[in-house]
Amino acid sequence: MNRIDKKLSENKKLLSIYFTAGYPKINDTIPILESLEKNGVDMVEIGLPFSDPLADGPTIQDSSKQALKNGMTTELLFDQLKGIRDSVSIPLIIMGYFNPVLQYGVEAFCEKCNEIGIDGLILPDLPLAEYKEHYKSIFEKYGLVNVFLITPQTSEERIRQIDAASNAFIYMVSSATTTGVQQGFGSKQEQYFNRIGSLSLSNPQIVGFGISNAATFSQATAEAKGAIIGSAFIKMLAKDGIDGISNFINTIR
Amino acid sequence: MKINKSSDHTSLNKNKMNYNVNEKGYYGAFGGAYIPEMLYPNVEELRLNYLKVMKEESFQEEFKDLLKEYVGRPTPLYFAKRFSSKYNAKIYLKREDLCHTGAHKINNTIGQILMAKRLKKTRIIAETGAGQHGVATATVCALMGLECIVYMGEIDIERQAPNVARMKMLGATVVPALSGSKTLKDATNEAIRDWINNPIDTHYIIGSVVGPHPYPDMVARFQSVISQEIKVQLQEKEGRTNPDYVVACVGGGSNAAGAYYEYLDSPDVGIIAVEAAGKGIYSGESAATSVLGKTGIIHGSKTLLMQTQDGQITEPYSISAGLDYPGVGPMHAHLYQSGRGEFLSITDDDAMKAGLELSQLEGIIPAIETSHALAIFKTRKFNPEDIVVVNLSGRGDKDLNTYIDYFKL
Ligand SMILES: Cc1ncc(COP(=O)(O)O)c(C=O)c1O
Repeated sequence: MNRIDKKLSENKKLLSIYFTAGYPKINDTIPILESLEKNGVDMVEIGLPFSDPLADGPTIQDSSKQALKNGMTTELLFDQLKGIRDSVSIPLIIMGYFNPVLQYGVEAFCEKCNEIGIDGLILPDLPLAEYKEHYKSIFEKYGLVNVFLITPQTSEERIRQIDAASNAFIYMVSSATTTGVQQGFGSKQEQYFNRIGSLSLSNPQIVGFGISNAATFSQATAEAKGAIIGSAFIKMLAKDGIDGISNFINTIR
Repeated sequence: MKINKSSDHTSLNKNKMNYNVNEKGYYGAFGGAYIPEMLYPNVEELRLNYLKVMKEESFQEEFKDLLKEYVGRPTPLYFAKRFSSKYNAKIYLKREDLCHTGAHKINNTIGQILMAKRLKKTRIIAETGAGQHGVATATVCALMGLECIVYMGEIDIERQAPNVARMKMLGATVVPALSGSKTLKDATNEAIRDWINNPIDTHYIIGSVVGPHPYPDMVARFQSVISQEIKVQLQEKEGRTNPDYVVACVGGGSNAAGAYYEYLDSPDVGIIAVEAAGKGIYSGESAATSVLGKTGIIHGSKTLLMQTQDGQITEPYSISAGLDYPGVGPMHAHLYQSGRGEFLSITDDDAMKAGLELSQLEGIIPAIETSHALAIFKTRKFNPEDIVVVNLSGRGDKDLNTYIDYFKL
């Protein structure tokens, strides 16, 4: 069983953290990962920064810009992550936009991820149809899980297609927004969470966008298997740095 | 002038063109819809409906009527006598500058506002570089009584101030894009983010043949009226429908796509695309995408893209806000890669001089974007009998400040 499936089979709600590699400082990647594991985080999305993050709100736009200014590149991230499996054993997923992966070469990128011990990828702008036609076999060759997004606007028909194409979990976007915009969940989100919960999908769902504290974490995970915190974590890093991680995680659950 | 039946949109749909889009939304290796799932329902709704809606008789009637009565089409195909004798070729100017609002952009916004209405959208968003597309969008929104929000890079807001004022006067809200290079690319990012945040009631009127499929194809079809008219007008003037060359400037490529559309599969017509070289192609301050770009993804489309080795999009530069874009529409990427199109690039300086020259030879002050297309005649020589149609995409009023500063007028 791979690391993600093992984690998903644990009998608890999963807390996943997104951060942008190279932010706040260029060499923070490894210390952040080690601290997240130490503080009981279940899974991490390592953000590969991109110059034009279309689906992101101001917080992740800024962290991406800063990371690039600090000199983060795909090659450097891979260098930093070399040997990460000596100290970190929770599932690690790289999340980013498709263009940097395309420039690196999709196969070369996947091969490198496999060498390092990366478990999966989230590439929001790599469409389902393209993935199936051109890239699925490469992901599978290197043992990488591909994670697709669904949103409140995604039709049931398409959710079922995405469920069928997924092999770990579905990233359930909480609301029709860019990242870091939604503040708190109302009845609209609860209805959506319940609706998806009642579809009995074969892949568990992990909710992202708009989770910032204990309250939103528990709302998001009432039905779903887990939740991802991104912008709120990055804001905390900007303020308190790596030393603030332990405190932040402890307030979530 | 009457547009004959064989060249209307309905019959075009049946034509299989090698250089046109395929069923999957690709032009050769370029195009597609590389969009996050948040945009999928909107883009899919459009993809499923755009051809059907455009084929409806009531749509065609309303579209053609507005182009005639409101935009002022057909625009003249003007034989530029003094310009021609200077450059020793038969040069015609397709006068898109005479469209209402002063550029070709309104052909597309008329089409898209009718599309938005049929899709029951009540809120319109747009990006703009030079402000021409923003003005054209604000105009059709006023015409239809729809809410209009235009994203515009902060730098462009400064250099195209008259157009900002026009948009405001037309009732639009102009929102500055403060990220990145604060120009067209960043305005487009902000418009796309707006669409993600407003997925139900909003239609995004993209201003060029860029973005995810079906946008490049839809915009090209709305702009194809340009080459439909050229065919008829050239027949009247020269006894033939096809010129030897069609020349157009390329930012995203919508005026060019419209001018080439009917000729894509006619090998007797040379296609010349003119990009902005800025301060020189290799100066580091340029927007000559075909030379400097590599295949990549921008704004949901796989196309030629100026980027770092690491896949980060680089900041383009051109004196002309409408050409200041690091990508190019997928149709043009394919025209370039297949060799069907001849791609030239023109520096700021040469464009400015050509703008001044046309003003003084023909009494027409062109937009700086268009001046790039006019500048090729200094170095690209034609035979004296060659019929060369230049798409005069817009008028220069919006650029007066730039012309004044440059020439110390
Ligand atoms: C007059 C004029 N020409 C050309 C362009 C470039 O756009 P496109 O390449 O889509 O025609 C613009 C864009 O603002 C414009 O205003």
